[in-house]
Amino acid sequence: MRYIPRMTTTVRIQSEPFDAAAEAKKLSGGRTDVGALVTFTGICRGNEGSEPIVALTLEHYPGMAEAEIERHVAEAVARWPLIGVTVIHRHGRIQPGEDIMMVATASSHRQAAFAAAEFLMDYLKTRAPFWKQVEKADGTTWVDAKATDDAAAERWAAPGRKHAAAE
Amino acid sequence: MKLRYFAWVRERVGKAEEDVDVPDGVATIGELMTWLASRGEEYAHAFDNPKVIRAAIDKTHVKPQTPIGTASEIAFFPPMTGG
Repeated sequence: MRYIPRMTTTVRIQSEPFDAAAEAKKLSGGRTDVGALVTFTGICRGNEGSEPIVALTLEHYPGMAEAEIERHVAEAVARWPLIGVTVIHRHGRIQPGEDIMMVATASSHRQAAFAAAEFLMDYLKTRAPFWKQVEKADGTTWVDAKATDDAAAERWAAPGRKHAAAE
Repeated sequence: MKLRYFAWVRERVGKAEEDVDVPDGVATIGELMTWLASRGEEYAHAFDNPKVIRAAIDKTHVKPQTPIGTASEIAFFPPMTGG
C-alpha cells in the first residue's frame, strides 16, 4: 500500500511570544517519517543601519492575515511533498532580541523542506497583511517595503499565474 | 460599504474604519481611491500616490482595475512589511 503521511499544518497570529524550538519539535515528535526539519525564525534587531531602535510595532489585518498565510501554506503543501508546516506570526510591540515570526517545514528529505520554507517566507513578506513600525528615541516611522522582497517572491510564480505582488 | 485603513494610510485618513455610501459611477478600486482622495485634505494626503497603495476586497488582494461589485469590506494599506 502506498505510504500517505499524516499531515500537520498550524497557522497562528498572536501577540504573545512563542517557543520556536518547541513548535518545530511538534512537527517531528512522535513519528519516524520526518527526515528533514527546516526552521526559520525572524528576530527583532536592535538597530536599523547604524541607529539603535527601541522596539518594533507590528500592525496586522485580522482575518486576512490568517487567510493569506493559510492560502500559501496550502500552495506549499500542493507543490512539495511536506509532512508538516507551522507558521506563527506575532503582532503588537516587540522588543529587540524577541522573536517576531517563525516558519517550520518538515518533509522526508531536505530539498522540499528548504524550498517550502523559503517560498513561505518570500510570500509572507510581500503578501501577508502586516506592517512594521520602528520606534526610535526620536519618534516612530513605518518600514518601507523592499523591491528585493518583491523580486524574491516573484521567482516562485509559475508562468501565467503571477501574483499581484510582482506588479 | 465598510472601508478599513491600515498603517500609514490609517494614520493619514485619521481613522481605522468607516461606513460610506459610494456614489454611482465609482465602479473599480482605482475609481474608489480617486473618489476618496476628493473627500478632504486628510484623504487627499492618504491617497495622493495611489500607485503605492494596495487594496483588498473582503480580505483578498485585488488590483486597481478590480470592480467593487458587491463587496462588503474594502481595505486600503501600504505595501506589506511583515516577516
